[in-house]
Amino acid sequence: MSMTIKDFRLLSEQSYEKRPVVKGYNMRTLHADLGTKKFREKPVSEQMKDTFVGGKGFGLRLLWDSTTPATRWDSPENEIVIAMGPVCGNTNYPGSGKSLVCALSPMTDVPIDSNVGGYFGPYLKFSGFDALELQGKADTETIVFIDGIEGKLAFYEVPDSLKLDYDTHLLAETLTHAFARDEKGLQFVSVVSAGRGADHSPMGVLNFSLYDKRRQGIRVKQAGRGGIGSVLRNKKIRAIVARYQGVEQDSNNAADPAAVQRIGLKLHREIIVNDDKQCKMRKQGTAHLMEVMNDYDLLPTKNHKYGQDPRGPEIASWVWEKLFSQDLPDGCWYGCTMACAHAVDHFELETGPYKGQKVCVDGPEYETAAGVGSNLYVYDTHGILELNFYCDTYGIDTISFGTMTSFLMECWELGVLNKDRTDGIDLAWGNWQGAAQILHDMADGKRFGVLAGKGVKFLAEYFTKEYGADAQVMKDIALHGKGLEQSEYVSKESLAQQGGYYLTNKGPQHDEAWLIFMDMVNNRIPTFENKAEALHYFPMFRTWLGLLGLCKLPWNDVEPADNARHKEPNKVPEHVDNYCNLYTAITGLPMNSEMMVVQSERIYNFQRSFNVRQGHGHRAEDYPPYRAMGPVFEDEYQARAERYDKQMLEKIGIDPMGKSLAEKVAITRKHRLSQYDSLIDAVFKRRGWTSDGCPTPEHLKKIGMDLPEVILVVEARIAGKA
Amino acid sequence: MIKYLKTDDAKCVGCMNCTATCSVKYFKEDNPAKSCIRVEGLGNNRFHLAACDQECRRCVAECPTKALFVGPTGIVIMNKSLCVGCLACVAVCPIEAMFYFPGDKNPFKCIACGSCVKSCPKGALSIEDKPDSEKSRFPFDVESRVAPTRALPGKSEALSGAAK
Ligand code: SF4
Ligand code: SF4
Ligand code: SF4
Repeated sequence: MSMTIKDFRLLSEQSYEKRPVVKGYNMRTLHADLGTKKFREKPVSEQMKDTFVGGKGFGLRLLWDSTTPATRWDSPENEIVIAMGPVCGNTNYPGSGKSLVCALSPMTDVPIDSNVGGYFGPYLKFSGFDALELQGKADTETIVFIDGIEGKLAFYEVPDSLKLDYDTHLLAETLTHAFARDEKGLQFVSVVSAGRGADHSPMGVLNFSLYDKRRQGIRVKQAGRGGIGSVLRNKKIRAIVARYQGVEQDSNNAADPAAVQRIGLKLHREIIVNDDKQCKMRKQGTAHLMEVMNDYDLLPTKNHKYGQDPRGPEIASWVWEKLFSQDLPDGCWYGCTMACAHAVDHFELETGPYKGQKVCVDGPEYETAAGVGSNLYVYDTHGILELNFYCDTYGIDTISFGTMTSFLMECWELGVLNKDRTDGIDLAWGNWQGAAQILHDMADGKRFGVLAGKGVKFLAEYFTKEYGADAQVMKDIALHGKGLEQSEYVSKESLAQQGGYYLTNKGPQHDEAWLIFMDMVNNRIPTFENKAEALHYFPMFRTWLGLLGLCKLPWNDVEPADNARHKEPNKVPEHVDNYCNLYTAITGLPMNSEMMVVQSERIYNFQRSFNVRQGHGHRAEDYPPYRAMGPVFEDEYQARAERYDKQMLEKIGIDPMGKSLAEKVAITRKHRLSQYDSLIDAVFKRRGWTSDGCPTPEHLKKIGMDLPEVILVVEARIAGKA
Repeated sequence: MIKYLKTDDAKCVGCMNCTATCSVKYFKEDNPAKSCIRVEGLGNNRFHLAACDQECRRCVAECPTKALFVGPTGIVIMNKSLCVGCLACVAVCPIEAMFYFPGDKNPFKCIACGSCVKSCPKGALSIEDKPDSEKSRFPFDVESRVAPTRALPGKSEALSGAAK
């Protein structure tokens, strides 16, 4: 059955004045109140533009202003903010279509930020807004509509009688057709939605759609981490729809459009020429990492107990390359020739409500293939694809789901769980059907899925309390930081990466710093100071991409042929130059690599101060569970005994000879914990924070983030009053 | 069949009549940088002519909006209203025959209109036909592999797409 806009009940409608973007900015944002069903424009001040830049900066600023220290994820005033950034939407430079989504997270209780592709953000921007805030709660199922073609904003109610689907692959497709003006206009519509899983679990994602003309269907990209999809569903928003027609080379009205072309074309060409010799993103996407990680003992398996398995090659990049449809322009925004957004077409599902149907599966990306694959001991592409598909359409984060399910499987192995406690689900390693059953239960809001979906932090405490599981073991193997499940790199052998994961503002997500190779493989950052410097520079650089609306992948998943000749090849200096030039070409403002770091430092410290304001941001919240740092169990030590024994002798200065396994596990543990402590000290010092992890007023002044409301927050914390 | 502009480097003397004719016809100015055919000097009075061969169609496969399509006579044509100016087509063209002029919104290419043919004093250019090839079918093959097999909203019957 096909639907049209008229099938939805119009609750309110407003017109707005359409204005062109000027040098990358609209200088206004849009606020949507779900309670009153009213939209309101907010001007962007010069000060906001200077200090917060855009994207994640705007998102956090707006979120701070709209919430209070008492706001929780499900408070009406909590917001979902979707913000784009000044460079976002240009079609020339690959990777320029990202939206940054911020909200107070149901998983961590502090702000989460997630970087996502799809056409929604650019369409919203060219419709006239630098950001969209969604605040309040609707009492009935609601669609929020931003119509950049007609210059209209509307709220629609979804009548129950319509039986509109919840799950994204159906919902977004139906809405794309309903909200397109005609068949030709399908590509001008983008839908943001979640799915039934997000109704029942805090690990909900937002799916951002794009219409794929060749597949004649929608594709989705996920704002995955931290449960923003659950916030969407808690607000009873079924979908947010944006419609815009007329994207052009210079929709940003750049200061120097020819320079934008020149810089973009240079990278296009670099990708076309180098990609096949380097990362093969155009053929494999981030799945190119699979065997590399397995080779280096970094591809998590069995809940990150190990990083390698002989079965690794069964899910290697070349296997995915065969499954992915090839030679399609699979960019998540126009002009991304890196085109990593691959899909498996005509995939026949074996379980769940869509069993027997053929679907298009978006992905898997590396994190998904590792998270619901190797980490669950699922070395079976069908299983991975099935879990990938259902996570997406139910609106569930594949990373949190993967890490959570692997925790459950380990609990099963340890005897903490059994069929009585899982409502009959067999959670033996590798049983993807069991994992799928959890997922279907999550979508139905029934049985074991409801409990499982609460995430590992909750589960670890629950199993201790209810089932008498060993409290320390539960703590050690529940792989989360601040409540967010860790993403899928084994961090045990890289202290810097442990910091890269756990010294983050939002929780252990690899998008702040990925230092494993620099640290562990190439040994480029041997001292604590070196590591601290890397844990300063890389998070700052990557934050900057999020201020601008850029994707990280074209930064270092392709490199100029002569990149290695640079002193610091890890920074890909030529691409950093590209970014500076691109920023200047669009905004007309100067930029260099130092100014980049300063811009980011302001936002990074603002975010940390935001955590402090919400009652978090303490040092104690920045420690990894021990599984992320070293071998928890004796068999885990034993499996890599040679490595650990050698380290004991050379690094700790204790001769392992004659020591029992238990003693060796304990010695290693003590050493690694103290190493991490020293790392925190060095990093906090480098970042200008107190030893408890609070930005100091002096540091905030120095970097130009001395807004009175921020200073107040950190002063209160330092004075011991908050 | 594919209609295309055939070039013969050996006959070219570098007079630039073709570029003048082409750029005046499509851009109203005599500017070799705005011509759909390029005359490259190789030294020693030798020249190389570059214009779209209409056959490789890499650009057609790469265009994210399907602004580039194959017309009834086999030539690759751009629908400017769909073009978002990304220059992906420029980057993938193996013979650098997809052009752009800095600051202009859309790239441009030869559409085998034949105007330059008449202007060439040496007969280096001609409009010819060639048969379809594996290369020329490429964008269509790619597409048929992913075409939907399910029923689309608003359509009662599933399209007949090639399942794998
Ligand atoms: S590299 Fe991939 S994720 Fe990044 S913008 Fe391009 S297609 Fe999207
Ligand atoms: S520049 Fe235009 S025609 Fe070329 S690939 Fe991009 S959208 Fe297509
Ligand atoms: S890629 Fe170049 S040569 Fe090939 S069809 Fe396109 S314009 Fe012509």
